[in-house]
Amino acid sequence: MKLLKRFLYFVGLPALLIVLWWATSRNGTSFFVPKPGPLVHAFRTVWLGDGFHKDVVPSLTRLAAGLIISIALGIGLGVVIGSVDWVRWLLGPLLEFLRAVPSTILIPVLLLVIGINDAMKVTVIVLGCIWPVLLNTVKGVASIDEVQLSTGEVYGLRGLDRLRYLVLPAASPQIFAGIRQSLAVGLVLMVTSEMFAATEGIGYATINFQNQVAIPEMWSGIVLLGLIGVALSVLFQLVQRRVLGWYEGLKESANV
Amino acid sequence: MSERQDVRLSVSQVQKVYRRDGREFEAVRSLTFDLHEGEFACLVGPSGSGKTTLLKCIAGLMQPTSGTVVLDGKKVNGPAKGMAVVFQEYGRSLYPWLTVEGNIELPLKVAKLSKAERRARVDEALTSVGLENARKSYPWQLSGGMQQRVAIARAVATHPSVLLMDEPFAAVDAQTRADLEDLVRAVWKRHNMTILFVTHDIDESVYLAERVLVLSSSPTVVQDDLAIDLPAERDQLETRSMPRFTELRAHVYGQVQIAKTNKGGATSAQQTSTV
Amino acid sequence: MSVAHDNVQLAAPPATPRRRASLLERGLPALLGALGIVGALFAWQIFSEIGPVDPHFLPPPSDVLPQFFQNLGYADFWTATGYTLRAWLLGLVISTLGAIVLGVIIGSSDFLRQATHSTIEFLRPIPSVALIPLAALLYGPVLKAELLIVAFACFWIVLVQVLYGVADVDKVATDTAHTMHLSYLQRVRYLVFPTLLPYLVTGIRLAATVALILSIGVELIVGTPGLGQKVALAQINDATPSMYALILTSGVLGMLVNGLMGLLERRLLFWHASVRGGVKS
Ligand SMILES: Nc1ncnc2c1ncn2[C@@H]1O[C@H](COP(=O)(O)OP(=O)(O)OP(=O)(O)O)[C@@H](O)[C@H]1O
Ligand SMILES: [Mg+2]
Repeated sequence: MKLLKRFLYFVGLPALLIVLWWATSRNGTSFFVPKPGPLVHAFRTVWLGDGFHKDVVPSLTRLAAGLIISIALGIGLGVVIGSVDWVRWLLGPLLEFLRAVPSTILIPVLLLVIGINDAMKVTVIVLGCIWPVLLNTVKGVASIDEVQLSTGEVYGLRGLDRLRYLVLPAASPQIFAGIRQSLAVGLVLMVTSEMFAATEGIGYATINFQNQVAIPEMWSGIVLLGLIGVALSVLFQLVQRRVLGWYEGLKESANV
Repeated sequence: MSERQDVRLSVSQVQKVYRRDGREFEAVRSLTFDLHEGEFACLVGPSGSGKTTLLKCIAGLMQPTSGTVVLDGKKVNGPAKGMAVVFQEYGRSLYPWLTVEGNIELPLKVAKLSKAERRARVDEALTSVGLENARKSYPWQLSGGMQQRVAIARAVATHPSVLLMDEPFAAVDAQTRADLEDLVRAVWKRHNMTILFVTHDIDESVYLAERVLVLSSSPTVVQDDLAIDLPAERDQLETRSMPRFTELRAHVYGQVQIAKTNKGGATSAQQTSTV
Repeated sequence: MSVAHDNVQLAAPPATPRRRASLLERGLPALLGALGIVGALFAWQIFSEIGPVDPHFLPPPSDVLPQFFQNLGYADFWTATGYTLRAWLLGLVISTLGAIVLGVIIGSSDFLRQATHSTIEFLRPIPSVALIPLAALLYGPVLKAELLIVAFACFWIVLVQVLYGVADVDKVATDTAHTMHLSYLQRVRYLVFPTLLPYLVTGIRLAATVALILSIGVELIVGTPGLGQKVALAQINDATPSMYALILTSGVLGMLVNGLMGLLERRLLFWHASVRGGVKS
């Protein structure tokens, strides 16, 4: 009974919206709103056919590469910058400036310096995504509880052990908050760079359909990008629940 | 007290001056005392008298401004092997991302003990604090008293030769506190450690220790050094109702009262009392 | 979900007290920070002159900085900056207002909250840039297109924070309000809104950064007037120093936005003992 209720809550509104969409677009009055049938058809032919290898795979590969590099670099540099006072003071204002640059504006420059290729797009993603991870890591590492640090010292935690058992776990809530922001920015940059300058990729194909005024195809691109966004978010939450389970518990137990 | 050969820990003329925002604050003026093999000593003193400061200097967590701390003949420069600390803020000293077992095991992992050995030590430590059932729990799922027992188990599992405890029972209820006191004595006897136990509870210091050191107010010196000649077997009811216990307690109480007004060695020489 | 901390004060002295403190400690971070900036400019200059990249594509700061300051004298430049800021601000305001109204309504009803949960969780990760083709098709290169993208993205960011905030309203306080016979609007005014405020500010701060990224992104692709369009033009015209000068400008703009948000946070939350750690993102 309870399960049924939850299920209804889950599908209720989405189902309602889909029915509404179907009913209003049936008479085909609006030029810009696609009908469900043609949209599904376009989705299958465009993205699950040739487009899968030509556009979807390259896009996702670039996104994954950009995100992985950002996260690795962001955490690595963040740990160093966060643990050493003088490095933090030296680089602080510079990083404040760099992260303030809206990353989309770098696309034309990188196009010029690197050219239209994968490296350019990955660079754009990294230059946009690294800041949330980096700055949150710095903050997390620099604000580790002093008693936790002393405990580590007393029990001989040093070097890699210290990183693995103390610094990274202690900073992980902040690191994850940073990664979450990075995921959203990464997707935006992947699409924008492909729309601005590319010869393949989901963003390129979608803006192409717009130029050809191929409405259902264009919408299918929008839907695909939405699905990728949702998938990323679900994946993130799964990982976060595993890695930060302790943190959720700690917060809950502190709130009662 | 006569010269003894078995000095474990030697604190001599330790001074600590905090500097912050250009201002100086002398928290500890000059502390000198020795701890011997297997001794259980309590350190009492008014709040803010520099007990935590002294403990941190002994633990090697910070350098004294002048003076030395010598452990087993070696000058302490950083955290020394064979020393364990139970912090005043026990809740924050347990790592919330590790289970109880993980917390106790961590120092052993760092010391590169074999898996079997680690397991044996964790079992032993958990049994001695009576927490066999909590091994898979996270610290934040436990009560304050249980958390404190985990912190003690973690310290004990490293088989330290010197154990420093900083007001470990300040935040637990009276009943738990009594249990924990007996627990610490039991652990001390079993493992033959040297313990320096900070408290500002006079009853507790007399009940627990073989020796009580009273500190003056900040800037701090040792105000009094008293041997506790109660029988080794202690019992919450029996020991506490002994006339001797009352005498000793009264003496320490008197010294602490003096300590509250006595700053920086207004009484010139350090005193070793017998009551 | 987790803590949002991106208003990081990198240059602030560390919280750890066990460090040698002195007069030096005050001046040193600022000095080192300035040194870092100067050092970076130096490195750029040298890299541009002897590095592997053609100096035409990566002009040295000695070319870019004069251009940057020259720009400040051109009306054209200020118009472009004004366009970008207008889209940024309008998008932010529209989405924030919409998100507050909808968030408070949804948040105060258990039924609405549960019924909309799956839809919101599904719609919010959709990258708003995916809608750029639609916006271009619907409106062409005008402000409306830019607003659609900016407002869509910011709306979800702020909405989610508002929902967290409304959920955080204390149960006992709500009951107290009922016993005092406060009307719905009074409850919103005196109870919901104050609880909500820290969350809202976090949302606006996150949204402000994203809004700037998106307005410039739309200007690049759709060609709506603004800094993004100017950069794209400079690229087509091969005016590289001009491009880099515009990037510097956008960085300064970004810092202004961050500063403004920090100010907003301190102004609105001055009563909030410590700007709360539990705010979710
Ligand atoms: N990091 C620090 N910087 C400056 N002063 C400090 C610092 N730590 C402690 N003090 C000062 O030194 C004095 C001794 O502090 P300490 O924490 O050692 O006292 P304590 O005896 O442990 O007190 P309590 O019984 O309350 O725990 C206090 O006056 C305190 O204000
Ligand atoms: Mg203390």
